[in-house]
Amino acid sequence: MRHLIFLSALALCLALTSCGEVPAEEQAEATTATEPEKTEETAEAKTVAQKADGVAVGEKAPGFELKNVDGEMYSLDNIKDANGEQPKGYIVIFTCNTCPYAVASEQRIIDLHNKYAAQGFPVVAIQPNDPAAQPGDSFEQMQERAKEMDYPFLYLFDEGQKVYPEYGATRTPEVFLLDMDKVVRYHGAIDDSVRDPEAVEEKFLEKAIESLQKGEAPAPAVTKAVGCSIKTV
Amino acid sequence: MHRTLLLILMLSATMLAASCQTGGPEQTTAQAEAPSDPAPASASPGKGNWPQADSTLAGIPVFSTFEEIAPVFQQDNDTTYVINFWATWCKPCVKELPYFEALHEAYEGQAVKVVLISLDFPRQLRSALLPFLEKRQLKPEVLVLLDGKYNDWIDRVDPQWSGAIPATLMYNSATGQRRFIGQAVDSVEELQTALEAVAATE
Repeated sequence: MRHLIFLSALALCLALTSCGEVPAEEQAEATTATEPEKTEETAEAKTVAQKADGVAVGEKAPGFELKNVDGEMYSLDNIKDANGEQPKGYIVIFTCNTCPYAVASEQRIIDLHNKYAAQGFPVVAIQPNDPAAQPGDSFEQMQERAKEMDYPFLYLFDEGQKVYPEYGATRTPEVFLLDMDKVVRYHGAIDDSVRDPEAVEEKFLEKAIESLQKGEAPAPAVTKAVGCSIKTV
Repeated sequence: MHRTLLLILMLSATMLAASCQTGGPEQTTAQAEAPSDPAPASASPGKGNWPQADSTLAGIPVFSTFEEIAPVFQQDNDTTYVINFWATWCKPCVKELPYFEALHEAYEGQAVKVVLISLDFPRQLRSALLPFLEKRQLKPEVLVLLDGKYNDWIDRVDPQWSGAIPATLMYNSATGQRRFIGQAVDSVEELQTALEAVAATE
């Protein structure tokens, strides 16, 4: 075991060295314009940096102050549950208007809030895409969609794309379940079938919330799903 | 401590240890390497054979499970495989497709195989994918993977993959090199540089 830790530490040093060469804003993926002469090492380091800079399960979630579709500013400190109480936890979901996986998950996100906000776990949706890269995700379009679908949850705009890199989010939809102390307890997918609600067999997120309600650690604490890369210019 | 990172570090550490033991020349680049495929090497009897899809759509192989397409990631020969995950509705994916076409063309007749795995939704194969392919006439091989139980197979492609598309994996069994690119590429040169590193024996 000690051997393993030593090796991990060695790898960590190497990883940190390569992370250090990459400015934080280089993490942005997808449509980011990078100079063509960038080598594959840089591309790899970007991926590493993305992981290293995100928040891990067990760590305190980064704070934020973001504008909701109603024009009000919200932070983890002023969000209440459906009873107007201090939440027992927060279902933070990076999602958007335009990604087909997000669209396929929309009703599930509404249902999650309707089921759990009264139990102390409100959904806090954050739209991370830059509208300059994805015009369908402008603040106005967000307002329109929220109105059209009568979103019962907060739909916040990550203006300037400051928040998603701090969480280490890479795709939509992507969930971070926080406990009452704002510690990340689960990270990943809503369930095991993001594309098709009919084919869901395991509701990872609901299981994680129920674990927290029982005072247990969610297992699995991390899951993955295919999603749309977060869009930047 | 970032648990996922720790896992990745442990895996890379294992690789480092392995390369130290064998005195492998790849140890200088080991920090940029993806961990090796966690799937047991001898588990699949079809290993080494190019997989046959259980169905095709207008000649395009359609795989319903990752298990069926898994041999694409386990080819045991000296070809460098460049495997890209994309979908017709994914803007950055479509934007980078020409670079994969150019790469395919540049290495024609050489031990390089470019594979484009479409993750288009089942109901969009006829309405979106086929018209797209008809129009674009992509030269690299296109496969369709329908397996929607993503959590079961994303790590089998590469543990570094968050699940966001586009994503690209390059590997060569003969050199033992791998590269995972978890975002869109911006030029064919970027792909070429990565490919040359993966194809190089030292």
